[in-house]
This record gives sequence, structure tokens and C-alpha cells, in this order.
Amino acid sequence: MTLDTQFTDQKFKLVGSRPDRPDGVDKVTGRARYGADASAPGQLVGAILRSPHAHAKIKKIDTSKAEKLKGVKAVITSADLPDLTNGNRGNYDILENCMARGRALYDGHAVAAVAAIDAETARRALSLISVDYKVLPHVTDVDAAMRSNAPIVQPHVRTAGGEPSDKPTNIAQISTFGHGDVEAGFAKADKIVEKSYKTEQTHQGYIEPHACLATVGPDGQGELWVTTQGHYTFRNLCASLLGMDIAKLKVTSSEIGGGFGGKTHVWMEPLALALSRKANRPVKLVMSREDVFRASGPTSSTSMDIKIGCTNDGRITAATATLRYQDGAFPGIWGMLGAMTAFACYDLENVQSVGYDVLVNRPKVAAYRAPSAPMAAFGVESTIDLLAAELNMDAVEFRLLNAAKEGTKASYGPTYGPIGIGPTLEAVKNHPHMHAPLGKNQGRGMACGFWFNFGGQTCTDLNIGVDGTVNMTVGTVDVGGARASLSLIAAEELGIPYEHVKCNIGDTASLGHNDTTEGSRGTFSSGMATIFAARNAIEELKSRAAKTWDIDPEEVDWVDGEAVAKGVEHSNLGPLSLAQIAKASPNTGGPIAGHSETVADGAGVSFASHICDVEVDPETGSTRVVRYTVVQDAGKAIHPDYVEGQFQGGAAQGIGWALNEEYIYGEDGRLQNPGFLDYRIPVCSDLPFIDTEILEIPNPNHPYGIRGVGETSIVPPLAAIANAVSNAAGVRMDHIPMSPPRIRKAIKAEAAMHQEVSAG
Amino acid sequence: MAGVHVSTTVNGDDVEFVCPGSESLLDVLRNRLGLTGAKEGCGTGDCGACSVTVDGQLVCACLMLGAEVEGRQVQTVEGMAQGDQLHPLQRQFIENAALQCGICTPGFLMAAKALLDRNPDPTETEIRYALAGNLCRCTGYDKIVRAVSATAKELSQEATTKGSKKR
Amino acid sequence: MANAKGSAFLLAGGTDLLVRMKSGAIDPELIVDIKRIPATQAITKTASGFKIGAGVPCAQLGRDAALVKAWPGVVEAANLIGSDQVQGRCTVAGNLCNASPAADSVPAMVAARAKAAIVGAGGRRSVAVEKVVTGPGRTSLEKGEFIEAIVLPTPAPKSGDAYLRFTPRTEMDIAVCSAAVNLTLGPKGVVTAARVVLGAVAPTVVLVPAAAKAIIGSTLDDDALANLAAACEAACAPIDDKRGTVEFRTEVAGVLARRAAKLAYERAGGK
Repeated sequence: MTLDTQFTDQKFKLVGSRPDRPDGVDKVTGRARYGADASAPGQLVGAILRSPHAHAKIKKIDTSKAEKLKGVKAVITSADLPDLTNGNRGNYDILENCMARGRALYDGHAVAAVAAIDAETARRALSLISVDYKVLPHVTDVDAAMRSNAPIVQPHVRTAGGEPSDKPTNIAQISTFGHGDVEAGFAKADKIVEKSYKTEQTHQGYIEPHACLATVGPDGQGELWVTTQGHYTFRNLCASLLGMDIAKLKVTSSEIGGGFGGKTHVWMEPLALALSRKANRPVKLVMSREDVFRASGPTSSTSMDIKIGCTNDGRITAATATLRYQDGAFPGIWGMLGAMTAFACYDLENVQSVGYDVLVNRPKVAAYRAPSAPMAAFGVESTIDLLAAELNMDAVEFRLLNAAKEGTKASYGPTYGPIGIGPTLEAVKNHPHMHAPLGKNQGRGMACGFWFNFGGQTCTDLNIGVDGTVNMTVGTVDVGGARASLSLIAAEELGIPYEHVKCNIGDTASLGHNDTTEGSRGTFSSGMATIFAARNAIEELKSRAAKTWDIDPEEVDWVDGEAVAKGVEHSNLGPLSLAQIAKASPNTGGPIAGHSETVADGAGVSFASHICDVEVDPETGSTRVVRYTVVQDAGKAIHPDYVEGQFQGGAAQGIGWALNEEYIYGEDGRLQNPGFLDYRIPVCSDLPFIDTEILEIPNPNHPYGIRGVGETSIVPPLAAIANAVSNAAGVRMDHIPMSPPRIRKAIKAEAAMHQEVSAG
Repeated sequence: MAGVHVSTTVNGDDVEFVCPGSESLLDVLRNRLGLTGAKEGCGTGDCGACSVTVDGQLVCACLMLGAEVEGRQVQTVEGMAQGDQLHPLQRQFIENAALQCGICTPGFLMAAKALLDRNPDPTETEIRYALAGNLCRCTGYDKIVRAVSATAKELSQEATTKGSKKR
Repeated sequence: MANAKGSAFLLAGGTDLLVRMKSGAIDPELIVDIKRIPATQAITKTASGFKIGAGVPCAQLGRDAALVKAWPGVVEAANLIGSDQVQGRCTVAGNLCNASPAADSVPAMVAARAKAAIVGAGGRRSVAVEKVVTGPGRTSLEKGEFIEAIVLPTPAPKSGDAYLRFTPRTEMDIAVCSAAVNLTLGPKGVVTAARVVLGAVAPTVVLVPAAAKAIIGSTLDDDALANLAAACEAACAPIDDKRGTVEFRTEVAGVLARRAAKLAYERAGGK
């Protein structure tokens, strides 16, 4: 049994083609069932009461009036969720984030929940719960939170990776990466650019709000239907927080209406289960859009200082980054990831990046597509452009000169294998977009981006029916067309038509543990498990053929979907197709299946370079993206349509982030724009077509050469657009989003400075 | 609020229901009539995921009361295919990979159909503005716009073929 | 309605009312759907102008060729409210009664000298649109009164109107600030009459006579336009909020007024 993960440069018949997705008809007819589309007999409607304060002590919660309201079947507070975390601080944080335990830590933090016979009754019940708050001073800005006199968000927190201290702090962690001697490197530099940047907080903005249907009985058995990127992770967490046995909680992932990292975490699912357990009835709990913005997990706002030095001939001698990322009210790894990714595109002799993870009174930060990388890339790639301008060197040439390559020691530690940063830059250099003329008030920018990608625990079952069709069950949630890609892979391996494979997403009772679909791992890891499961099934198919022919299984080959007996001595034996072997299977040993339970290691890092043209109205600061091109290394594009889709989607999210999207907090620490009207994600008329170019530099650690493709596409846009806007407006933009008032202000400040200079 | 009795037509079928006067058409469709194709993405008319037509007019079902559809003709995504024949838009959305997660797809299909019904040959700009009330977070709209364009082309070719046959 | 025990609300397009119900801001005891009254559903051409029923969805304004020809600015403004989905429901009367300083149709209606036809227990009255809204969310309507129609005059010969707003996105947005201009030309392209109105720069829309004065008597040369912008900026009393700053709103209101004036001038036949 060969389970070799090495890339083999196999010639493909199906992989790389663009068949219709298997879930297409369900999704265009309205039949596909998402989180809020399920219901159960006797179900109750859940609702959550949330803190109106950014920071408050909860002195008392009186639920008695709500409990007496007719139609109310359960009311819970943190008292109904005892601490079963046994000192596991990470799990305790999750429990506390699901429902406040004596302290409300951000505007929108859940404080109580009800289950009632209908939405109206649930709403009235919430209004009958009285909470006695003592409002505490709050902090929502990352720089303010680092000051020594800042209000403390989590009194138990001490800085990990910092000087030992007994003093409470909002700096949860300091992470340092790099190598060489940056001081010596800067001493050798002819030119040095040092600049500070800021980015505001954004949300993944998936169109489907969090939703679930929970059922728990007094026998300790339960089921959870939920929109999630990782139902196994949800199962393990919910069971652990509620004191249930993992085996007795079956979690089914619904169709998922977008996640982008935001559905990798539990937010209110444990509450639905607790309500159901208390009421002994199914409970459906659906977040409103306002809840999603206030109380799920957006990405960090940041503040950064970047310094890069180089010689006159354009070689970078040293680079440093200080990256301050806010984690919301609970410690995370976001500053650390920023520090790891900041300089990953470059081959640097002397480099240091320091990431700060900082607590503030905002919702717990969650992953958002290549989490933390876009902000760091904005700072670094803007500075790279400034340095190229100082050198009077073309910005692409400057990057090419310093790009990482095979053998480069990455700033975050490892040494790269074959990678795509150089090829994406070459492709950009030669792209017609780079050479197209620009109109009045237009500017062009480009930038690079990096993401690690991830593999992890994966488990796939592949069952062959007696008619020769194949039922495949995978445990990674399909967030963007993975069932099509995985079906292609199974069909390719088995040598059967794509249409003969049906790919299902199994519930937690059907398969072993699968890690969450995050880190662009879906097609990489389940693709690998699918290849292994198919090869495993082929071994069985060969042995059944051998049995039929009464020859040794070693004498059977698998060629184009058929078992073939090797050697002239067996030339009388005609090939047996998969369908023929399957048909005979009841009499040759029973069902034929293949399995794979694996840890998919060796995810290939991926790089992208983007080009962007914008037009800025200098009188209003209004910016329009007029042309956009994505070049990215996919390793291998299994289904190119959905690879392009990932490139385009990431770019579009980046465009929104760069220009308009931001969390706006008032002086009172409350979120002022928790809705799609004032949290402005791009609409169709805001965007041009987004051109894509897929490069395929095989990942040596995957049989097909697959790298993840989902995340890297959101890394370059902030920087690419900032470079384009800066070129169009004639002033360097250092604060994202580059909203019209910010652009206008920068243009005016620049004009005033020129006036002063000419007057002086 | 007291219950209101409503008689209406949904996807060509006569339907009766009782709902509180303050209940939205979206809640009626999803929770009383079992038609969960229309989605609630925001509940405030800002995302278009609940797009349906009432007497041919494209609306957000979340911004309309259930009680308002008395005597009207409501069309939802569930009524778009004719028997086993997908509407050309539905087919083109699949063929052009115009959906990723698919949550916004029903709304986009309803909005695109409303557009093509009134403007069979829209420009790219017209498509983009007509679909501006529908948010999609996965695709960057690229393949959606292409799918609508392709459908318009397909329908106009069909019309030409039919026309020439008649002659 | 007057007999309702709790709060009673009129339902026209519902695109604001249902949002407020959803957020819990209001909890109506009674909702009256005025669209079932046939007279509210029509745009009528009268001897003196146009009468737009309170239940007429904004999209219908764009389909009325005579109205588009007479008041392109008013129609543009009405058609900027929300998406196609919202256009099929929202009404100019509702946009007025919602009493938002950022309402798109209101500055254009004020510039056009539109009147609100109000009906109530005490009978009917006609009020200039600018007198209806008294502050954010507040109107001068008495309890039991409602607007049955918006009445637009017939434009004077050689007139043109235009409305422009600033929004960060191309669609689906609320005006950060806006400007409407309605002007009439005399011989040689000289502006003889004008009304300039700004939105989202004060608690209610602002009619700016000084801005009108700045362009009356001119052929809309650069100096006149600069004076117009300056007068507009001087008339702004906006707030800093999530949608824009005082500085930005003030400055851009002037820019928009300038651009709207040029557009209106062209429409009036000026060169």
C-alpha cells in the first residue's frame, strides 16, 4: 500500500477540467439547506440578551419575570454553564465569550438567553430580564490599550514572551521572529525608509448569519445542526464545555453561507445546547446581522512601524517591523501571525519582526482569511514602494531583486522549497495590465502577499456501489466548491467519469475527526485523503480481480479504471472494469471501500502578486477601482473555475477592506455600524471584472502538487490599492480604510505642506 | 398584534395563511410556508438575499409584511424552474461557477430575472447596477455578471431562432 | 387610526417602517396600508404640474416619461434611494415623513418647490415640503394627519434641475451630503432664478438663498460657481458621525452644489 505524499507529475485526464459542481442544482433551486433552514418538531426559538456596555461588572441578573412569561421554556445565564474547563484557560475564554461570567467585556457580549415558543415571546422575555451593571472604564484602541494607565480588560493576563511581571497588562503576548543583525544591516544601508501605519477592524461579512438547531435530551445525547467550518471542532468544544460525551453529540454541518474564518469558532452554539437541555426541546438559535457584527469574531485593528534599508543598487540590507494587533477581549495569536508573515516574501539577511497581541473591549478576534497577513503586508509593501521610489527603481524590479526563492531562510524560520513569489512577480512584470496607459486622476499599484496554508487531521471514506458509482464521504466542510474538486480527484484516481462520484460532507457520527476547514486546507488535505482512500480502494479492486482470475494480486495492475492482468502468461484475461468488479463484489468478499485517516503534512506556502488601477476624485476623495489583476501560485488548480473564484473573492474582500470597511466605535465603546448599510462591503457596481492568472508551481509534498488557494488572495490588495491610491492622489496613504474623508484630508495636508515649502 | 388571514398565490399555487400583522413576508415564506429558498442575510433590505417578486415587482421579502400580499402573485426561487427544466439563469449560474457558498444565489437569480424581464440585452454596467442590491461576499461578482450576460445572450439567440422559425 | 389604543403607523413602501420594527425601535399596535387606497397609487398630470400619490413606488417615477422630462433631478434623487428591490417599494412621501436629514428625494423636491398634500380629521391642507420636516425623525404633521400626495409644479420654461449626493459606494448607501439645484435661464444663458438645497449637512435639509443669489445674474462662470460653493459651505452645520466629518461634509457639499448647478444649467439649455 503506497501512501506516498511526494509530487509525481502525474498526467491528468480530469483534474484541471471545469465540470458543473455537484451541489449546483440544490443551490440554484433554493433547496440547499443552510444553518437557519432546518427545523424540528416542537422546536423553540432561542434569543440572546447582550450587554449594551463596552465594559461592566454584572452585579445581578434577575430572570424571574422572564421565566414567568407564558410560552417561555428556558432561561439561562452563566450559572447554567458551570466551569468544567479544568484549568484549560483557552476553553475557559471560549466559555466566557459565549456568555459573560460576572463581567461584560464588550458591547454585544451575551449575558443571558431564553428559549420560547415563538420569536415574539422570546423577544418579550428578553425585555423582562433585568441586569444590574456597574459600568467600568473601557478601551477599544490598540495603542491606547498598551499604555500603562489603560483600563485592564483581563486582570489575570501577564505578557507571554515579555519580561516577567506581576502587573496586570493588556499585552497578552509578544512574539519575535527573524535572523541576522538588523543594526549592522541598517548601518550598511544607503537608504532607509521608516513609516507607521494603521488599519481598522473589519469583519468577514459572510452573508449567512450564525445559525443552529440544537437538541439535547436528559439522557445526555444530543444533536446539533449548525453552519460551521468545522463540525468536529464544534462537537469537541461544545461537548467539553457542557460536560457531554463526545460520542453522544452528533454535529451536522449545514450548507455554509460563507465563513472566511469567522465560522471556525463557537459563538452561541453552546447556549443553544444549554437551552435545549434545560427545556428538553429542540432550540433554534439564529443571530441577527447586528449580533453577527457585535458578537462574532472580526479581525484585528492594527498599528505598525516598518523600517527597511537598502543599498543604492537595490539590495535590502535590513528590515524590522513592530506590529500591534488587538485581539478583542481574549488573548489570541494575531500579532504573532502578523509578525510571522510580514517579511515572508523576501530574501533577507537581517530581519526582525515583533508582534504584540493586545486586549481591548471589542469582540474576540477570529480568523479572517489569511488572518493577520493583509495588514502586515500593507505596511511592508507600502514601505517597499517608498523605498523603490527613493531609489528611482521600478517597484516590480526592486521586489524581484529581493524576492525569496528556493533555499531562502524565511523570516519566520523555515527554509523554503520551490516557491512562487519570483514567478508571480515575473508574470506581473510581463502582464499587459502593467503596461496599459492610465487616465486622468488614475494611479497604478502592485503588491505581493504570502500565506502559510495548513494541512492537519483528515479522514475520508470512499464506498463503491454495486453499479460502479462511488459514494465518498469527507469531513472537511465545503466552503467554496470543494465537493467538485474532490470528486474530480476521486474520479481521476479510480479512472471513472466525474459524474460517477458523489461527494458528501459527513456528520461527526460518520467519520473520525477532521480538523476545521481553515488555513486553505480543504482541497489540500481532503484531496490527499481522497487520493489515499481511492488508492486504498484500488488495492481492494485489484485483489477482487485477482480472486476472480485466481491469480496473485501482485500480478494485477490498475489502468484507466480497469484491472489488468500483467504479463503475457495472462494475456487471455480481458480487463475488468471498476463497474464489473463492483457488480461481482457481493460474491467476491462483500462491499468494496477505501479509507484514509491521516495527518496531511507538507502544506505548501503560497504567494500572490496583484496589480490594481484606481481613479481618485481629488475633490471628494472618492476612489474607484478601474482594473484589477490577480496572479497567484495554486500549486495545481484542480477545478480552475473555483480557484479563480477564490482569487476573485479574496481580491474583492481586500478592495472593501482597503477602501470602505471598518468597525466604528463611539466614545462609549459601542459599535456604531453593526449593519450592511454602514459597514460597506463592495456591491456589484463598485467593482470591475477581476482578472486572474493561475500559476502552477507544484507543492513537492502533495501527490498532485496542490497548495491551498483560499487565503493568499486577500493578502496583497490592501497594499496594492494603497500603492495605487497613493500614486493617483500624489500623497502616501498610511491608514486603512482609505475612506474618502481620509483621502481628502491627506490631499489637503499635502497641498498645505507644499504651500508652506514654496512660501518658505 | 392580532392574526391576519391572507389568501394569495405563491409560485402559481393558491395559498392561505394566518400571520401576525407585523410579520414580514420573509418570515411567512420561510416559517409558515416552508419556502426557505429566500434567505435572511440582514433583515433590513441591505443584502437582497430575500429577493422575491410580488406582482412582477422585485422586492426584499424582509421589507414587506406578509399581510400585504393578499390577492397578489408572489414568485420565489422555488418557482423558477419549469418542471425538470432549470431556468436558463439557473443553468448559467452553475455552468459559469457563479456561486461559491450559494447563500446569495436565490436572491441574485430573482434580481437577474427581474432585470432580464425588463431589459433583455443589458450592458455590463446595467447588470452591475441592477444587481447592486444583492450582496455576494464569495465571488467578487465577476462570474455572476458573466453568467447573467451569458443568459441574456442565450435568451436573445433563442428568441431569434424562434422568430425565424415562425417566419 | 385616531382611535388606536397604542401606536399606529401608516405603511406606504415600508422600507423604513419595517426596519424600525425589526430593530425594536417601534412596536406598532396598528399598521394602516395606504397603498390599498387607489388614489395613492397614481402619478397624475394636472394643469399646474404633477401629483405623485403617497403609495407610488419610486421606480414608477423613473418610468413616467413626462415627469422625467419635467423634473429629471427629482426623479434621479428618488431613484437613488436603495436598490432595485427597495425602489419597487419606497415612496417620496415616505422618504419625506421618515424625516432623515439625508433623505435623497427631499432636497430635490424642495429645490423644485414641491408641496405636500396633507389630509387629516380637520380636512386638507397644502404645505411646502421644506415645512414638513422639523428635525431628525420629527415632522409638523398633527396626530391623525398624513401626506396623501406630493405635488410638483410645472417647471418654468428654460429650467433645469439636478441632484447629486456623495456616498462611498456606488449604490446602497446613505448620502454623506447632497445638493440639489433648480434654475431658470433668461436670455443669453443668464440664470434668472435658482434654488439651491443641501442635504445631510444640518438637522433638516437646508435651502440656501445666498447660494442661489451667487449664481443669479451669472452665466455660471467659474467665479459664480466658486461663490456658490462658498455660500453652500457657509450654510452647512453638519455633525461628525460614522458617515462623515464636519470638515468633509462641508467641503464636499460645496463641490456637489457646483457640479449639480452645472448639470442643471445644461439641462436648462445653457452652454
